[in-house]
Amino acid sequence: MNTSRRALLGAAITAPALVQAQTQARLLIIGGGFGGATAANFARRTYPWLQVTLVEPKTSFVTCPYGNLVLGGFRQIGDITHSYDGLRARGVTVVHDWATGIDANARNVRLQGGQSLGYDRLILSPGIALRWGAIEGYDEAAAETMPHAWVPGDGAQTLLLRRQLEAMPDGGVVGLAIPGNPFRCPPGPYERISMIAAYLKRHKPRSKILALDAKEAFSKQGLFQDAWAALYPGMIEWVPANRDGRVVRVDPRAMEFETEFGTRHKLDVANVIPAQTAARIAASAGLTDNSGWVPVNPVTFEARAAANIHVVGDANIPGPMPKSGFVANTTAKQAVASAAAALRGEAAPEAVYFNTCYSHVGDDYGISVVGVFRPNAEATAIVEVPNSGGVSPRGNLPEQRRLEATYADSWYASITRDMFG
Amino acid sequence: MRLFIPAIAALVLAAPAWAQNAPLAAQACLSCHGANGAGQGGVPNLAGRDRAELVALMAAFRANERPATIMGRITRGYSEAEIAASAEYFSRQGR
Repeated sequence: MNTSRRALLGAAITAPALVQAQTQARLLIIGGGFGGATAANFARRTYPWLQVTLVEPKTSFVTCPYGNLVLGGFRQIGDITHSYDGLRARGVTVVHDWATGIDANARNVRLQGGQSLGYDRLILSPGIALRWGAIEGYDEAAAETMPHAWVPGDGAQTLLLRRQLEAMPDGGVVGLAIPGNPFRCPPGPYERISMIAAYLKRHKPRSKILALDAKEAFSKQGLFQDAWAALYPGMIEWVPANRDGRVVRVDPRAMEFETEFGTRHKLDVANVIPAQTAARIAASAGLTDNSGWVPVNPVTFEARAAANIHVVGDANIPGPMPKSGFVANTTAKQAVASAAAALRGEAAPEAVYFNTCYSHVGDDYGISVVGVFRPNAEATAIVEVPNSGGVSPRGNLPEQRRLEATYADSWYASITRDMFG
Repeated sequence: MRLFIPAIAALVLAAPAWAQNAPLAAQACLSCHGANGAGQGGVPNLAGRDRAELVALMAAFRANERPATIMGRITRGYSEAEIAASAEYFSRQGR
């Protein structure tokens, strides 16, 4: 027997193919975003014995990440819109419908179209719901005048905000109402401020941005504020909650924000990012707690309220991890691996979670926050690995900023391929 | 012995999970370095690189002995065993 045959034989003995060939199971995934699409693709790549069905109402997916670059004029909406054809080609059954209810005991999901789908394991990645009315006057009708552009849907909200910026006169004021924690994409509002500023600097340099915040601190704050001072001097005013930054009422007709202490701000363009909860199906299935989000097992991401249902993406409570696309991706893989292990009667794999959030703040100017996370020894909570992660260094570091902008673009290309390719 | 070999070859070919998939600890690498670590835009290729070279690179990032944009912050979160398993996987991938 020659060397290559011997290597082949050795390899075959360690291969778990025989065990896998005996198993067949149905993995049902609700939601085709960063959590759900990742789960579907990863499941088909890694566990070919799983029958994978993905339920997603939209026929294409507009990413929340890089939406701010559309607002700044750096990308077109088509650049951030993805098809489900790649997942179909991988053997995922994609059903375009709304999941309206989950019967955890019968292991069954009802769809709006009347169909009902059984499962052996469910991955629920439904995303967020906006809390209409949390700011007085801010409802779905108001969002047609004061867009949120925070749940991209078919991209209409992002394009509406972009058109409003284009139509605004030079010298106008763009207002943003920014929520308290927790919310989807913690650095997102501040990247948005930066990308709008980049557009205004080029086309309407006398304009201002007024960012009214329900918080007193934010993600990568020092790095953002350094960049704003360097790139957009005098253009951006950020008002924290303790300086009356909390918006409590909006008036779309008058184009006004009103703050906690009654200050009224007249605006030319108004972007309201409202407070959020887990998407409705998570609550109706009884998976959320009083916070409106879903507590999960730190190793398997099964809902505390229902084994067999793994909840990933922005709908869950991810401990110290942010509600980011990268966290949805990394936890979706662990959830699928845990589901596959359970279906084979094996223990869940050891977990390590990873996040990088890049933000673009100007031309060739990117910044990031990195985190590596693990369940604690008792597997009761997720903790950040000490002495790892953190934000980009501060200071005048043009090469660092240029590289991070490049890496951000690479991240977007790679992660969307990991989801949809 | 000769008779068994085609059957074994078929078994290996039918085992894509074992043969082709990155270990869980290396999955996050793919989200920037591309499918199989083959590189993406300005992010370097990992596929087909020498295992020992990759392990040494990660050790240098961890120890702050090599200038890093973000890899220092990343590698300090991973164990030596995770880095070794990831390097093993990437070293076996085609460029």
